[in-house]
Amino acid sequence: MRLACLALVALASPAVAQDHSHHMPPPAAQPATGHEGLDMGSMGDMDMSAGHEGHDMSPGEPTGTNLPAGNAPAPAAPMDHYADRQFAPAAMAEARHMMMREGGGQTMALIMFNIAEVQARKGSDGYRWDGEGWFGGDINRLTIKTEGEGARRGGVEAAEIQALYSRAIGPYFNLQAGIRHDFRPDPSRTYAVVGVEGLAPYWFEVEAAAFLSDKGDVLGRFEAYYDQRLTQRLVLQPRVELNLAAQDVSENRIGAGLSSAELGLRLRYEITRQFAPYVGVSHEAKVGQTARYARADGDDPKSTGFVAGIRIWF
Amino acid sequence: MVDRRAILRGSLALGGIAAFMPAWAQPVSEGLPTVSGEDITLRIARQVMTIDGRRSPAVGINGTVPAPLIRLREGQNVRLNVINELDEDSSLHWHGLLLPPEQDGVPGVSFPGIRPRSSYLYQFPVRQNGTYWYHSHSGFQEQIGLYGPIIIDPAGADPVAADREHVILLSDHSQLSPEAIFHRMKVNPGHFNFQRQTLSGLIGDRDQSLKDRLAWGAMRMDPADISDATGAAYTYLINGHGPADNWTALFTPGQRVRLRVINASSMTNFNVRIPGLRLTVVQADGQNVMPVEVDEFQIGVAETYDVIVTPAEDRAFTFVGEAVDRSGMARATLAPRAGMVAPVPALRPRPLATMRDMGMDMGGEAAPRAVDPSAEQNASRKLATTTEAPPPHAGMDHAAMGHGGHDMGGMNHDMAMRDFANAPQVKRGPGVQTLSPMPVDRTGDPGQGLADVGHKVLVYRDLMALDRNPDVRAPSRSIDIHLTGNMERFMWSFDGAKMSDVHEPIPFVEGERVRVKLINDSMMAHPIHIHGHFFELVTGHGDHAPRKHTVIVQPGGIVTWDFTADAVGDWAFHCHMLYHMAAGMMRVVSVRPKGDAA
Repeated sequence: MRLACLALVALASPAVAQDHSHHMPPPAAQPATGHEGLDMGSMGDMDMSAGHEGHDMSPGEPTGTNLPAGNAPAPAAPMDHYADRQFAPAAMAEARHMMMREGGGQTMALIMFNIAEVQARKGSDGYRWDGEGWFGGDINRLTIKTEGEGARRGGVEAAEIQALYSRAIGPYFNLQAGIRHDFRPDPSRTYAVVGVEGLAPYWFEVEAAAFLSDKGDVLGRFEAYYDQRLTQRLVLQPRVELNLAAQDVSENRIGAGLSSAELGLRLRYEITRQFAPYVGVSHEAKVGQTARYARADGDDPKSTGFVAGIRIWF
Repeated sequence: MVDRRAILRGSLALGGIAAFMPAWAQPVSEGLPTVSGEDITLRIARQVMTIDGRRSPAVGINGTVPAPLIRLREGQNVRLNVINELDEDSSLHWHGLLLPPEQDGVPGVSFPGIRPRSSYLYQFPVRQNGTYWYHSHSGFQEQIGLYGPIIIDPAGADPVAADREHVILLSDHSQLSPEAIFHRMKVNPGHFNFQRQTLSGLIGDRDQSLKDRLAWGAMRMDPADISDATGAAYTYLINGHGPADNWTALFTPGQRVRLRVINASSMTNFNVRIPGLRLTVVQADGQNVMPVEVDEFQIGVAETYDVIVTPAEDRAFTFVGEAVDRSGMARATLAPRAGMVAPVPALRPRPLATMRDMGMDMGGEAAPRAVDPSAEQNASRKLATTTEAPPPHAGMDHAAMGHGGHDMGGMNHDMAMRDFANAPQVKRGPGVQTLSPMPVDRTGDPGQGLADVGHKVLVYRDLMALDRNPDVRAPSRSIDIHLTGNMERFMWSFDGAKMSDVHEPIPFVEGERVRVKLINDSMMAHPIHIHGHFFELVTGHGDHAPRKHTVIVQPGGIVTWDFTADAVGDWAFHCHMLYHMAAGMMRVVSVRPKGDAA
């Protein structure tokens, strides 16, 4: 028994010794130490072929995997399927279709509300949502976006929905195009949309879109947020949204230039990754001509509110 | 000049009990039902499995998860009648077995699959011996229990002498459905990682410095992204038992115990050790190797390692299978008597990826700092009875190894992370996040987080075949295959193309010997497996190259192997991370006779 262990240890030692010398080729000759005492009687059938000479006895001559590879040309890929020779081609075609689909061709869906909250504001409390859903594969997707807000008294003040074709155009960004419809404010508007959405360096989630309304007005929007993990589950999310307009749209009380901005800071706790209640503050400001429209309507162009909501996806 | 095989055989003769009883007749691990003989029936059906006292739905064979141990003998013929009692297609693939293509069990590649409530008769001659395993190749069935061990005893005497043996089959089990796991990883990058870098860690001088965090942030790279699916989703099992179940393998002090370690996980590479015992590696992927003594080894998904341990004392030892991201562990006990327990070491801190993992071999890695204070590990952490002292850093070969932190001061920020000139064959697209600018052969590295554990860890270069390789010709040509992915979209591919994109196979001519270079352009380790063949790792061992069926290609690393395309047919070639394969990291390899009419 002890001898058996000794044999193993002795055999192991050359290999262990070579750990710290990572060069190739490996130490050639095995040290003889530890082998002398062993019974060599059972070696009658040992392999005396050229391989051992190459390996153990003439280290200078490369063999096997130490040989360089040639540069023969690669064969052409066969256009048939080998299993079709053994099984019904129709059955194989069906199985192959399934196998390929299960190898990266799946479709997925996601519905996510980054913001679903109530807002406590001076004068009037309200609510707000900002969500997105998509359906499709890795490259092509149908994306639905919705956002809006309202007052507890006074109903929905703004509500929009976008239906977009989304296409991955790089590792991090999707190009999106489609339509947007604003149900509120009155009068409702429909826009053509083109935009991009993705992950910018330093882990900023960004979104930028241009909108062309059925009246010929051009609007723009830029959104960005950053998830600062305080711990594994406590996440602080600063968020900015800027709305822009190429011209005054007096009907919708939008002024040219930067029309409004929202700065938010939300602290969420991820009970699970999918379900995270949060609290935060949100500051909204209408600026320029848009602010003047608001004041003319008797509204305060600026408001700051405390918010509480749930970030949820499934 | 000495023939090691003969010596091993000699040691068998001197080995006591083993000399009187063939190895296959020794008692195997309690609790693993065994099937053997020439006619075997395997019935695939839904069932319930209980882990650490918690019941969950599973798919098993003949009423057990893991599936029964299939024990065969080299040289026999076997007929395996597989009955699918599920309401969906199923299949069984015999991982590592050399057999005709129609017996290989990959739906859509080697056969049409086994339809619901029907059966398929696999039959083939058993041409090899060693430790292998089998699993479903349909959908995500492997994740929910459809895996089991195969042991093939040699036709002659076993050169590996042991007094007894145990199968140790590692796997990962989740209460979540595999579809849910896949969906969450697809839509929410880093979903299961609860060991990320946070502000609390930055303030507490943990993990990366601010400078490094900014540099990695600029590249949109998360160094804490070691594993996709983690202990947050998984309980890690040994032979189907959770860490609290404490599956126990018995030994008599002084016995040479052979452990046949199989990684049947879907997504988990493990670091395996038994504190207090040296592990003598004698076989890898079913192929005997010259014995190598180590304290720990990393086992990729689908790899197998046979190790010999010789516990001399009359006490228990803990077998630790620690997930590579240290989010949880599989645990078993080796003991002289049932009911004994040994101290369980605490999970070690999770490592961080380095510049080397990004394929930028910069040298001069900084020493790692402590892990984020809010990092979470799964319930197995509660089993810890000892906290391990920080390992000594002295005496390790730092030059060749990656470390947790890295001083980015020397980094050239112009170094392109995604320059297609570095990999002209890779298809440009959203599925390719990065291309390693300076990938290096990492077969001398022990795996992420193992460079400075303070003891000997197996590296691929330690492995040498016990027998001379059957084909020692020089390869007539060589090909490169890039392992590509986008961790932000959970897209995985070869050469930038997913399985779903590619209709053409990778072609080989029957009998040709080809050198295959796998270049990992991603920041994750991929265990790559080819069906129907063994390959010889090109690690400087000439005609004694270790033969494997699965090899881990470390992040930013290269693995080169030679193989002889001697099995005519179409074969699957893929990453054995189940969800990487599902995301597209697979290809069909074709082997045709020269001049075969297409």
